Amino acid sequence: MKPEQISAIAHLARLSMDEAEIPRYQQSLASILSFVSDLERAQTQNVQPMAHPLPGLVQRMRPDLATETDAHERYQANAPQVAASLYLVPKVIE
Amino acid sequence: MSLHTKSLAQLAAGLRAREFSSVELTRTLLERIEAHQEQLNALITVTAPSAMQAAAVADGVLARGGGGPLTGIPLVHKDIFCTEGVRTTCASRMLDNFVAPYDATVVAKLKAEGMIMLGKTNMDEFAMGSSNETSFYGPVRNPWNPQLVPGGSSGGSAAVVAARLAPFATATDTGGSIRQPAALCGVTGFKPTYGRVSRYGMIAFASSLDQGGTLTASAADAALVLRAMAGFDPRDSTSVDRAVPDYVAALELPLAGMKIGLLKEFFEKGLDPDNERCVRDALAVYEKLGATLVEVSLPNLGLSVPAYYVVAPAECSSNLARFDGVRFGHRAKEPKDLMDLYKRSRGEGFGAEVKRRIMTGTYVLSAGYYDAYYLKAQKVRRLIANEFDQAFAQVDVVMGPTTPTPAFELGSKTSDPITMYLNDIYTIGANLAGLPAMSIPCGFVQNLPVGLQLIGRHFAEERLLSAAHAYQRETDWHTRVPAGYE
Repeated sequence: MKPEQISAIAHLARLSMDEAEIPRYQQSLASILSFVSDLERAQTQNVQPMAHPLPGLVQRMRPDLATETDAHERYQANAPQVAASLYLVPKVIE
Repeated sequence: MSLHTKSLAQLAAGLRAREFSSVELTRTLLERIEAHQEQLNALITVTAPSAMQAAAVADGVLARGGGGPLTGIPLVHKDIFCTEGVRTTCASRMLDNFVAPYDATVVAKLKAEGMIMLGKTNMDEFAMGSSNETSFYGPVRNPWNPQLVPGGSSGGSAAVVAARLAPFATATDTGGSIRQPAALCGVTGFKPTYGRVSRYGMIAFASSLDQGGTLTASAADAALVLRAMAGFDPRDSTSVDRAVPDYVAALELPLAGMKIGLLKEFFEKGLDPDNERCVRDALAVYEKLGATLVEVSLPNLGLSVPAYYVVAPAECSSNLARFDGVRFGHRAKEPKDLMDLYKRSRGEGFGAEVKRRIMTGTYVLSAGYYDAYYLKAQKVRRLIANEFDQAFAQVDVVMGPTTPTPAFELGSKTSDPITMYLNDIYTIGANLAGLPAMSIPCGFVQNLPVGLQLIGRHFAEERLLSAAHAYQRETDWHTRVPAGYE
């Protein structure tokens, strides 16, 4: 994997990465991808991909009703920066 | 017999007979934690004042003749479970300052039973690791030998139970994170069927694999707490709506006539000969008890680790997207714009292994690679699940080793991720197929415990617990306590 590819994946994953870290990821990702390439050995024609480990279960639905009481103050107690019940982030629109 | 070595049933009986109070029991265990924490580093947070208060309340309930079989008994929670008003870190710098605003369903259920939380246990960061060395708070040490790892990711939970600092620790298992540390620390680890225990408030790693479970000294103890933890939860979309059997009553299910499948692939290359000897001795005990051994084969089982290291990182990269420095968790200082805020908060907040998995997951899900990796892995997952189905058409329980070797030295496997990943070679299959599985102590190699793994059909918790209980009535491996912790 090229350094540019590592930087591109890091960008997609929203991870800061300094130049010095890139070779380490090049090496470990290459070794992981080579390891998982063993999957190619398996005969998987006509095999249904398995997204859920229990057979026959369907996604459960619930009535569209408000069930939670307003607890935003409790939840926002963990926020790094809040004002007027809003989460603050750096300016997005100039 | 000292308080700290009693079984849960003995503790319940003692509390009810007023032989000792919950306050005395709680104080005893808190003193043990204080005495051993520096050596083991098994806990991230100790909640002594609230534990003492809750114990006093429990004593009041018991004095009035109220409460249930777990009232007044202490436990510890893996720090992946949200605990209202108590710091919940997932062993990550990202959540170092996070105080959970609500209880996980598991936490709420055990609290409602009157159990006393002593603290939160150390673990691999976001449950990603097999040695507890990826924790932001430093590694946990194995009570059997402090130079060795306790296993992971539930290493703190396993070490606490092994050192008899608490009779029960909650834990989670995505690829072996309950069973592997149970094996390396010489305790009983139980991973229920996927969907049996609610995931609500359990910080998500890989949602199609994650399952909460127990670490206890014995299968009888596991049955008691699992009965309280399990059950349908409308707040978890994959929770299964199915009645919870009486796991304690099921312990006495007869063993005679049970067919045990020996998984051929579990006994091939890579298995330490001494580990194999302990496992084979355990199987001989089962034969003596009237079970029949049958060899079964899962030809694609060898692909379970590669399939897992596509599926789990893919799901982790999605689940961990929520940690962005905006609503909770670590935020980088003086971000120059929103992108910088996201990237540096995540870059600083996550440790090396977590970032490696997010990177792997992002790559396998990225445009052009999805079919080759994620879809292929999901198909292989189906093949492995089908092979387990075929095996269970012939046998009641599959048995084999939990790990290839006993506990290994701190730092010995951290340089190469694949070496570390292969620790879970025997445990991952049960997660991919969603099957219940457990590890029980079955002997020692050079004074280090070895685990026997039992895997059952979906929702065959009773069969597994009774099989483990039958073995533990014949043997005393599960009662051994490491030197210095007696």
